[in-house]
Amino acid sequence: MTIDINNLNNDFLDVFKELGNIGAGNAATALSQILNDKVNMDIPQVRLLNFSDVDRMLGGPENPVVGIYFAMGGDAVGNMMFILDLDSAKNLVELLLNKEKDSCKLDDLEISALSEIGNIIASSYINSLSQLTNLNLKISIPSISIDMAAAILSVPAIQFSYISDKVLFIETEFKEQNKYITGNLFLIPDINSFEIIFDSLGV
Amino acid sequence: METIKVGMADLNIIENNGVLVTLGLGSCVGVALYDKRKKMAGLAHVMLPSSKEIKNNSNKAKFADSGIEVLVSKMEQLGADKRYIVAKLAGGAQMFKFNSRADVLKIGERNVIAVKSKLKNLGIKVISEDTGGNFGRTIEFSSNDGSLLIKTIGYGIKTI
Repeated sequence: MTIDINNLNNDFLDVFKELGNIGAGNAATALSQILNDKVNMDIPQVRLLNFSDVDRMLGGPENPVVGIYFAMGGDAVGNMMFILDLDSAKNLVELLLNKEKDSCKLDDLEISALSEIGNIIASSYINSLSQLTNLNLKISIPSISIDMAAAILSVPAIQFSYISDKVLFIETEFKEQNKYITGNLFLIPDINSFEIIFDSLGV
Repeated sequence: METIKVGMADLNIIENNGVLVTLGLGSCVGVALYDKRKKMAGLAHVMLPSSKEIKNNSNKAKFADSGIEVLVSKMEQLGADKRYIVAKLAGGAQMFKFNSRADVLKIGERNVIAVKSKLKNLGIKVISEDTGGNFGRTIEFSSNDGSLLIKTIGYGIKTI
């Protein structure tokens, strides 16, 4: 089977939506255990965007965001990235460390806490993908960067650019009481791994 | 003054007191070419080093080799002369640090090397650059004087 990312049909997008759904569900559960509070999530949005539209996401190309990057290994190889806007990062840090912050500036401890949350969220997604596909999948330790949205997004975009002129991403919104946390997840299997994943799902 | 935005895997040319802008360059490289006599500026926003490495290569502007080739020939069609074109480079950052899969993450560095090699091939001199590092850059390239303004978050502003 050959996958053409530029012409993914609805079945494929539904698969990713379902994956996003289960992954986000697991992530919400994990988050609520850590925060010891109820965390809700919206149905994830799965979108396929042209390069030219990518930088309109996340509040514009120069908007500072937090990117947390993982390498995916095992039966399927690729990359994974979780991106938060600074407001969401601030909300998350406040919830995690149980304090109020006046600014969006993050110190080392806060950055480390965010990395760990990224790790938990990415692991939740990977675990659901692993269970759905029966593939052995694992992720590396996180690497974090805070910079312009377009610069951070260039990393997944370049990964996709090997196989496509489009970028596939899953957007998830979590909510704890009054604080919204919007996260964008990019799952970027290498082209062969795309096929391995779809094959194992019987799509 | 006219301003044209150049997005990912895109290229454009401007003449007579215009500005070409790319917002938030990460590991991609902005290749800024300038013909002083014509006051013509061309900017390519390349994502990958080589169009020969992969099958999906219909978008020429995506790659260092084919993107620069197309940009130079378009500038020549508009009256620029390759002998007078000089280059400035920005971008090619490594946004994330990692031990494993270094080749994937060092794409910025590989892009810069590929751009330089293509320019050398074409006999175009790189007169200044602000490449590498681990931060994003917004660039503004003026056709009036060929100056390249580089803005960052936390790493200052400069003109090269």
